[in-house]
Amino acid sequence: MKRSRLSLATREALWAYAFLLIPLAFFLFIRIWPAFQALWLSLYDWNADPAKRAFVGLEHYAQMAQDPLIARSLRNTLLYTLIGVPAQLVLGLGIALLLNAVTRERLRDVFRAIYFAPYVTPAVAVAWVFSWMLSANFGVVNEMLRAVGLPAQDFLRNPSLALPTVTAVVVWQNLGFQVVLFLAGLQNIPRDYYEAARIDGADGRQLFRHITLPLLNPVMVFSAVIGTIAFLQLFTQVVNLSFTDQGGPLHSTLTVALYIYQVAFGRFDLGYAAAITVLLFAIILLITLVQLRLLSRRVEY
Amino acid sequence: MLRSFVRARALWAGLLAFGLMSAQAQVTITYWQYDFKSKIEAIDELIKRFEAANPGIKVVHQTFPYDAYQQKVGSSIPAGQGPDVVNLFYGWLPTWVKAGYLVPLPENLVSPKQVDNDFVSMAQSAKMGGKYYGLPTAVRSLALFYNKDLFQQAGISKPPRTWAEFFEAGKKLTVKQGDRYTQIGYGISPDGQDHHLVREVLLRQMGGRPYSDDGRKVLFGGAEGLKAFTMYTDWVKKHGIGIPSFFPGNNGYRDGFIAGKIGMIIDGSFAIGTIRSGAKFNWGVAELPVEKVGGRKANFGSFWLHGITPLAKGPKLEASVKLLNFITSAEAQRYWLEKVGELPARKDLIKDPKLSLDPVYGPFILSLSYAKATPFVDEAAQRTVIVNAINRVLLQNMDPAQSWKIAVEEEQKILDSFYK
Amino acid sequence: MNKRLSSFFVYTLLTLGALAMVFPFVWMVLTSLKSFQELFDLRWLPQEPTLENYREVLFGTQFPRWFLNSLVVAGVTTVSVLFFDSLVGYTLAKLRFPGKNLIFVLILATLMVPTEMLIIPWYVMSVDYGWVNTFWGILFPGLISAFGVFLMRQFFESLPSDLLDAGRIDGLSEFGVFWRVAFPLVRPALAALGIFTFLGNWNAFLWPLVIIQTPEMRTLPVGVALFSGEAGTAWHLIMAASSLAVIPVLIVFFIFQRQIIEGVVLTGVKG
Repeated sequence: MKRSRLSLATREALWAYAFLLIPLAFFLFIRIWPAFQALWLSLYDWNADPAKRAFVGLEHYAQMAQDPLIARSLRNTLLYTLIGVPAQLVLGLGIALLLNAVTRERLRDVFRAIYFAPYVTPAVAVAWVFSWMLSANFGVVNEMLRAVGLPAQDFLRNPSLALPTVTAVVVWQNLGFQVVLFLAGLQNIPRDYYEAARIDGADGRQLFRHITLPLLNPVMVFSAVIGTIAFLQLFTQVVNLSFTDQGGPLHSTLTVALYIYQVAFGRFDLGYAAAITVLLFAIILLITLVQLRLLSRRVEY
Repeated sequence: MLRSFVRARALWAGLLAFGLMSAQAQVTITYWQYDFKSKIEAIDELIKRFEAANPGIKVVHQTFPYDAYQQKVGSSIPAGQGPDVVNLFYGWLPTWVKAGYLVPLPENLVSPKQVDNDFVSMAQSAKMGGKYYGLPTAVRSLALFYNKDLFQQAGISKPPRTWAEFFEAGKKLTVKQGDRYTQIGYGISPDGQDHHLVREVLLRQMGGRPYSDDGRKVLFGGAEGLKAFTMYTDWVKKHGIGIPSFFPGNNGYRDGFIAGKIGMIIDGSFAIGTIRSGAKFNWGVAELPVEKVGGRKANFGSFWLHGITPLAKGPKLEASVKLLNFITSAEAQRYWLEKVGELPARKDLIKDPKLSLDPVYGPFILSLSYAKATPFVDEAAQRTVIVNAINRVLLQNMDPAQSWKIAVEEEQKILDSFYK
Repeated sequence: MNKRLSSFFVYTLLTLGALAMVFPFVWMVLTSLKSFQELFDLRWLPQEPTLENYREVLFGTQFPRWFLNSLVVAGVTTVSVLFFDSLVGYTLAKLRFPGKNLIFVLILATLMVPTEMLIIPWYVMSVDYGWVNTFWGILFPGLISAFGVFLMRQFFESLPSDLLDAGRIDGLSEFGVFWRVAFPLVRPALAALGIFTFLGNWNAFLWPLVIIQTPEMRTLPVGVALFSGEAGTAWHLIMAASSLAVIPVLIVFFIFQRQIIEGVVLTGVKG
């Protein structure tokens, strides 16, 4: 047979390409080609009729520099990401470790299901419940603040508190995802590694530092990168929590993705929306590449 | 292969339909509106009547969630598959027309003069560059809803006629325990109807007007505008007759009123149904208060209209205009009022004394004669300008004069970029 | 370390956390038992609990059909994603070939374009091929996900390569090595990916909204949006519909979690 005459390396590469054939075709047609259409669209003034779209060159890109909401939404988006990603990573890992320490099986099942519940609860329901919990007048959270003698806060209406509050709700909701992810990662670590280390006399802390953490690294890289991409495109929860004043109060919770949506479908200005999309894409790509480089280096050790 | 299969199937379906319809020319058009039970039923019924009168035309009626309606339309029409006749909020008209989502009504089928004559004056906001882009079945205005039981408990005998009476009543209706409100006088809601209240109602009552006649220049920056704006923000800042988001949520002010915790709200006629089915106390409706008794009246009018999209071509266009004329006819409007409870858009229908004396509809009907629809160019952005102006004062303690000045500049920028 | 003290800490922390996690969920369910009149009563427990909202949702709308639609869409998508994503993830993690990193970044980059901007090209495509208002139309964009490719790549990367080589020596083809050796070893990751994919599609709104034209083709989130309108939101119905959408998922998770989370590995890590 022909195959046997090929070198091992060539054979492996051919197998790899064969495995990738259908998925790559899929990504090309369903994701990459439409994305290029968006790039193309950013050079035109939008019209429902393709024949009536006027070429404007880089005008939409120049427009972004003049648009105060671009700067505002970029700043907000980065802030969401900077607070949210580390918070959900640390909390998610912490809870997963605690859950793994529960020895009684029934109890562990119950806890796992409970920690998973926020992730399955629909965002609209979450938003409604939280807006009541955080209400200045009726909310439980303010009741607790008052009980310890602190002033009540209008969490979602105060322009300097709204963003951190929304971040907290998003993190709360994402925790279920993080916990399932880290539990899977912990399951993936072969048990004999721990046994061997314990025979060598390692204590709990050492086991964590020298086995759990390094072997969990691929999962943490995933959590950090995917979490960052998701936070940089934050949209649904912001809309649900700021209601008719989308991204408010006073644009304090506006994200880039929400702004794109407003420009595209509130203003029917899809050319400009496409230009902002290109900018957001470039930012996410840059951050992801930096993250992958920095974080994967640590995998080596 | 899939494509050719699909084509073949479509061909068969076409042949089959052709066979069934005998030789008669058949046109199928599509009508879109947002999900709302009574409106869906009403349009279904009107389509049935229309099809009976026009045997050659078949109408497909499709509805979509309110919150994502613009997105649905925005992505469908460019792909060439969507509505021929579409329902839209009048404030969206300029952006939709600019982006090529609507075509003007052919003048030989809909006479602009006739429309000017027959419809309430605010319907002229459906005109751009002298051409009508659609017609409404029903219109809305604002009025004051008040909780009669709470009024009685507070010893107030009548709904307020002036703003002075309004905030006096508001003060009596507000109940505070410590730093907490347990009941408020006025359900303040900058992003509800209050931005309209400031821009269209208070400003005009003070003798100002929001825009120049050609709509290109912002005029609300004058003394009347600032007076109107300050009066509004003072309700919270000085008189404390309410706080924003007393009840959280999209329509917190209305929810709070329905729950019996808010004495008065200013809301549109479209809210009547929700309030009627929810409130379990005695409530009433009154025309909006004025600056002083006998003073100038003003109201904000608005409407959803039926427009025609570029997808309606040739015989479809003709059929679409027929449908549009039918669902905005006097017959349809009468049925709509009965079934949906929305005020008719034709002048002779609202003259009906039975309607203007109705305790609930009356105040809205009376207001229609002087209500004006803001000539929005970008409704969402212009709403945000006023909402933010209010929030800067209420949430950040900015001086009203300064905040109002920023609003004027922002608004002018929006107009300039639309008319550039 | 004192074992009893530390397990006391573990339980206390987990219980406190669990309260914060489950509270909004419980509130949702309690609200779903209230009538519209009682909605703003501001007491947590319904004074006159009613199943009327559930009746209205189940029989007053096409909810059962929407549930079924979502089940089909999420189910088919999940199966497809589990197979293709683990295959691609495995290839990117364990096989050597030119262009590997480029392909990985290219696939990952597809995650960075917000769906909003892809909707119009997808819709144009769907109109051309007649996919509008069909199951295929709803689910085709999700059949392979870059998210899952990345996840599976990370998990396959930590598999020891000698296991795979052993398979090769036993005469398995490359696909055999993937399917018979590698695939079963990452069951916890597959379970996680399965859950994420299923829920992601269960809750998807934007694209289904655009591609669906008729009430009977709606998926759950598009159907539930019916309860929120211009003149107010029927929170009591939204809560009932949300509970109906979520509780079966949670029950399935609860029953099968040990099988799916713990997979082949018999017991968890005990610290």
